[in-house]
Amino acid sequence: MEPRTYLWLIPILPLLGATLNGVLGRRFSRAAVSAIALLSTGLSCALAIFEVVTLSDVFPIIERHFTWIQAGSLRVGYDLLLDPLSSVMVLVVTVVGLLIHIYSVGYMAHEEGPNFGGFYRFFSYMNLFMFAMLTLVLANNYVLMFVGWEGVGLCSYLLIGFYFRKQSASDAGKKAFITNRIGDFGLTLGLFSLFWMFGTLDYQPIFARAAAMPVEPLHQFGALTIITLLLFIGATGKSAQIPLYVWLPDAMEGPTPVSALIHAATMVTAGVYMMARSNVLFSHAPTTLLIVAVIGAITALFAGTMGLVQRDMKRILAYSTISQLGYMFLACGVGAYAAGIFHLMTHAFFKALLFLAAGSVMHAMRGELDIFKMGGLRKKMATTYWTFLIASLAIAGIPGFSGFFSKDEILWRAFNSPEYGRLLWAVGWITAGLTALYMFRIVFVAFHGEFRGGDEAWHHAHESPRVIRVPLVLLAVGALLAGYVQVPKFIFGGVEKFSDFLAPVFASTTTHGVAETAVNGGHHLELGLTALSVLIALAGIGIAYLVFRAKPERADLLEQKLKPLHSLLFHKYWIDELYSTLFIRPIQFLSTWVLWKIVDLFVIDGLGVNGSGFVVRGLGRGLRHLQSGRVRAYAGWVVLGAVLIVAFLVFKV
Amino acid sequence: MFNQYFQPNDILIIYPELLLALFAMGVMIIDLFLDRAWKVLNAFTALVGIAYAAYALYRLKSNALNLSGYNHAILNDSFAIYFQFVFLIATALVILISARYLSIEGENRGDYYALILLSLIGMNFMVMGIDLITLYIALELMAVSEYILVGYLRTNRQSNEAAMKFFLLGAFSSGILLYGISLLYGISGSTDLRVIAQRLAERPSHDPIALVAVVTLTAGLLFKIGGVPFHQWLPDAYEGAPSTITTFISVAPKAASFALILRIFIVGLKPLETSWVPVLSVVCVLTMTLGNITAISQSNIKRLLAYSSIAHAGYLLLGLIAGNEYGITGIAIYFLVYAFMNIGIWTLVVAMRRKDLIGDQIQDMAGMIYKNPGAAVLMLVFLLSLAGIPPTAGFIGKYYLFASVIQTHHYVLAVIAVLNAAISLYYYFRVVVVMFMSEKTDEEKMTLSPGVLTSLAVTLVFTLLIGIYPEPFIRFAQNSLSLFQ
Amino acid sequence: MPRNYIPILIFITLAFLFPIVTLAILRWVRPSVPHKAKLSPYECGVDPVYQPRERYTVRYYIVAILFVVFDVETVFLFPWAIRYDVLGLFGLMEMLVFLGILIVGFVWLWKQGALEWV
Repeated sequence: MEPRTYLWLIPILPLLGATLNGVLGRRFSRAAVSAIALLSTGLSCALAIFEVVTLSDVFPIIERHFTWIQAGSLRVGYDLLLDPLSSVMVLVVTVVGLLIHIYSVGYMAHEEGPNFGGFYRFFSYMNLFMFAMLTLVLANNYVLMFVGWEGVGLCSYLLIGFYFRKQSASDAGKKAFITNRIGDFGLTLGLFSLFWMFGTLDYQPIFARAAAMPVEPLHQFGALTIITLLLFIGATGKSAQIPLYVWLPDAMEGPTPVSALIHAATMVTAGVYMMARSNVLFSHAPTTLLIVAVIGAITALFAGTMGLVQRDMKRILAYSTISQLGYMFLACGVGAYAAGIFHLMTHAFFKALLFLAAGSVMHAMRGELDIFKMGGLRKKMATTYWTFLIASLAIAGIPGFSGFFSKDEILWRAFNSPEYGRLLWAVGWITAGLTALYMFRIVFVAFHGEFRGGDEAWHHAHESPRVIRVPLVLLAVGALLAGYVQVPKFIFGGVEKFSDFLAPVFASTTTHGVAETAVNGGHHLELGLTALSVLIALAGIGIAYLVFRAKPERADLLEQKLKPLHSLLFHKYWIDELYSTLFIRPIQFLSTWVLWKIVDLFVIDGLGVNGSGFVVRGLGRGLRHLQSGRVRAYAGWVVLGAVLIVAFLVFKV
Repeated sequence: MFNQYFQPNDILIIYPELLLALFAMGVMIIDLFLDRAWKVLNAFTALVGIAYAAYALYRLKSNALNLSGYNHAILNDSFAIYFQFVFLIATALVILISARYLSIEGENRGDYYALILLSLIGMNFMVMGIDLITLYIALELMAVSEYILVGYLRTNRQSNEAAMKFFLLGAFSSGILLYGISLLYGISGSTDLRVIAQRLAERPSHDPIALVAVVTLTAGLLFKIGGVPFHQWLPDAYEGAPSTITTFISVAPKAASFALILRIFIVGLKPLETSWVPVLSVVCVLTMTLGNITAISQSNIKRLLAYSSIAHAGYLLLGLIAGNEYGITGIAIYFLVYAFMNIGIWTLVVAMRRKDLIGDQIQDMAGMIYKNPGAAVLMLVFLLSLAGIPPTAGFIGKYYLFASVIQTHHYVLAVIAVLNAAISLYYYFRVVVVMFMSEKTDEEKMTLSPGVLTSLAVTLVFTLLIGIYPEPFIRFAQNSLSLFQ
Repeated sequence: MPRNYIPILIFITLAFLFPIVTLAILRWVRPSVPHKAKLSPYECGVDPVYQPRERYTVRYYIVAILFVVFDVETVFLFPWAIRYDVLGLFGLMEMLVFLGILIVGFVWLWKQGALEWV
């Protein structure tokens, strides 16, 4: 007897909230709008926790509701799946989502002015996003997942461009949308090929059949390799990996809670989730895995270096997000899906916290984001400072904080990877140092030292209200403790709750796939490597202290000395410019010179007014003769038509 | 006493139509005693009538199927019942948007609703009839009501001209149709389609008289749905008629004529398939192509939609050419979808009619996104649906029709149809561009009465719902497959 | 079956031939006396003052339409009256329904003022 489950309510509740606020919100007071948004998210969150807790013994639960599309042999049902993987995702999404919703009530309360897009609209979009994201993670087939995938993309577009009267915001929205389209195109092709190969798009039959297939040899491109590569292209778009990462830094134009929820904690991890969900497919395609691992590692490193020299606090965090997503891709690439999901979870807490704290700072600074116009904020905003510090320690991988456990797990698994394991580990290791460096650059520049933004701004700076502080503190608790579900063996024998919990999802991977990394070398090696990564994190913090805190003039000196490097990093390796030259300019050239100058001006205007105008007019005149408006002529046409049909039949026979 | 002419259950079979007839007369009589200010009650009376009829129909559907009556002249099978539901929905939506429009035009009288109901009765009998005489009478009942409705704006020259053209040509085509019917009777000695089919099967193929019968029937019937080259009355009538009536005749009578065509061709003329399929294929290509290409150069939204509706008739012919289950389901679902999306878009056109502005030029929609953002978005949805873009309902309809000809290996037709669908995008999006990209030219907002809002809500919900969750609607449409029994 | 149509075909041919043949014969037989008075519409009498194709007032049309309507009614009533004994009560009911509908229309017309000679 199947237990009675209410999974469908989890996504539907936020949808209800979105609809209510979207349709009627204009007439509601702000309090009512917030109540609806919070209530729907909160109920959804409570229900999610309840379902996961009560059902965890009987996983996986599949809830079939109705056949949604039936076309030929394709049957797509509105079926929801709750298994360990989706329950982790659902919990992360609903819990972090709820906290960010609470935060938003305080954050958006003061938003007004000509650029403001409306209180109710904001919450309506946020709830809609929750609906789409929950559909994505709960779906039991690729089509429904894709619906959620597109849904979160749409919400992301709407929310990035939320201040739609601001040119840069709407441009950023478009950039995100277009970049994601490229990725989605790959994903769509991947789904088509999946259907073509397996004849279904439901998870279980695909995975069951894929698990029985032989593992494709490395460096060869079999069917599964191509399919997984296409899926991976989709993932690079959504999760902002090389080469499609360019939209994420610009996406910071959106309101800060949006950056926290969508562009740090949840949506951007959809790619990782999708790969973990399809782990059977990926594990049978070692070529793809290698590409994923390499791309992940390179992204982690590059984004980390770019984050080093940015001045805009949210942009630094954005690059940091890209870098951390690179870690998760690296984890998936070496077959350590559980580690990737683990990092996804801890990252959701500390990165959401970082963004929310940044939002709190932004509030105090009246929208100023340049960290070099801040300083000493520690004295004014104690809660924000402490929570930010905890999150920074977590992301830097200082022992005891959540990031330490998850990042270390990834590095250890990378090290053991049979292909380029040491190299991947080294890249990850350097990135860890960079992470500590850029994070503590923010901490020392913005929160310590002297204020550099002028007296008036200093006077205005203040701690945020409680509705903002409470989510910060709660997230800080998460950032502190979320790591203790998975502790390496060499610390008191270790805890493996998380990987045990997820084990059923990745079961066929570890038995059939190549990803089974023989954990060799023992605990001593692991301990040694861990010590190394802690060392480099401490080194990063130390350098940040020496350069930005102890003698701030050193920073300028360093900038002078390393002018070319700094400029390269500051301009993000000129990647935006490169894309612009490679793709955007040619298209613009085509449209201005070929389409406009030649086709429009020459053909249309030149030949058009005299030449084609004549032709069109002639054609029009001809057609007008057919449609003369005379009844007799029409009747004549009817007769003529009948005669033509007779003639047709006679001559055909 | 109830001898061979009449069985007691004959009354039951046509119970919905009897109700409608009573209400039609009732509206006329009640109207005589109503003050000017209370004329809106007529719309309510008509709606109540339709609701009653729908309920009676529902009872009929759940009680028994394939009811035959009146000496086998009428067959109320699930095919008929499905289409009757479509007509009832379409008519109810049209009545919703009529009241305010008529009062703006100053022609708010009760006979308008009576005529709509009478036309509805005609349509219902068109899908129920299986006897050529019944079918013809029903067709005329529908058509005559339409002629009057098209010319309903008595003081409007355009409306009168449209009615006159429509009437003359309609009578002309009816004559041709009647000629075909008499030939069929002459060949088979019966007016029952099933008997005709048997007799035709016994005759040699390429029988010239049967051929002439097919041609005349085809010509007469294609006229009703606006197939090329019998389409020319259509843009004139659509443009001149009151917008609400254009809404009506672009959906319900078209569906009825198509159902009639299905009944005659699939049941009666099945043995002659080899001769009518090629003819209809040519007509289908011409209809799609000419409709779409001519629509591109229109500047009047009513005319544009008229040509678009010609093109849609072309798509629908695909289903008849395929003639298989997919095709028939496709036609059935397409009309359900078409009822919602087309009435939706016409409702917006009706709402554009303001006190001193006709509002039927595409240019009148300039900057609609700034004036009526909601209406502009709705328009976008309906246009997307007409163009057949997922996730709107139009996609489902087109999918079934196109898939049906692929199933029967008419690949050329399928390719031409897809190309046509691509052409149609062009002119639908021209409207979108004007709405969203142009600066507004006037400040006049739309006339949004409660009826119009209701109609918009219903059409929008179903246009999206059928697109997003088509399953139950497809099952509903598969009722029409009783045609093959 | 098409054989049944042969009499009709003959009939149509005859119908077409008859005027042509008649006119041809007359042309051949009649004396030809071209004269001005001979060509006037009325050989004896007054020349017409107005054009014969004159517009009638729309009121005549209403009368004509009403006439047609009730004429058709009679067309229905007549065969029924002849076969009354066969059709019986059912026929009577049917006819009453028919008349009832017509009466509703008539009342409506009356109230609309269609019968007033404006």
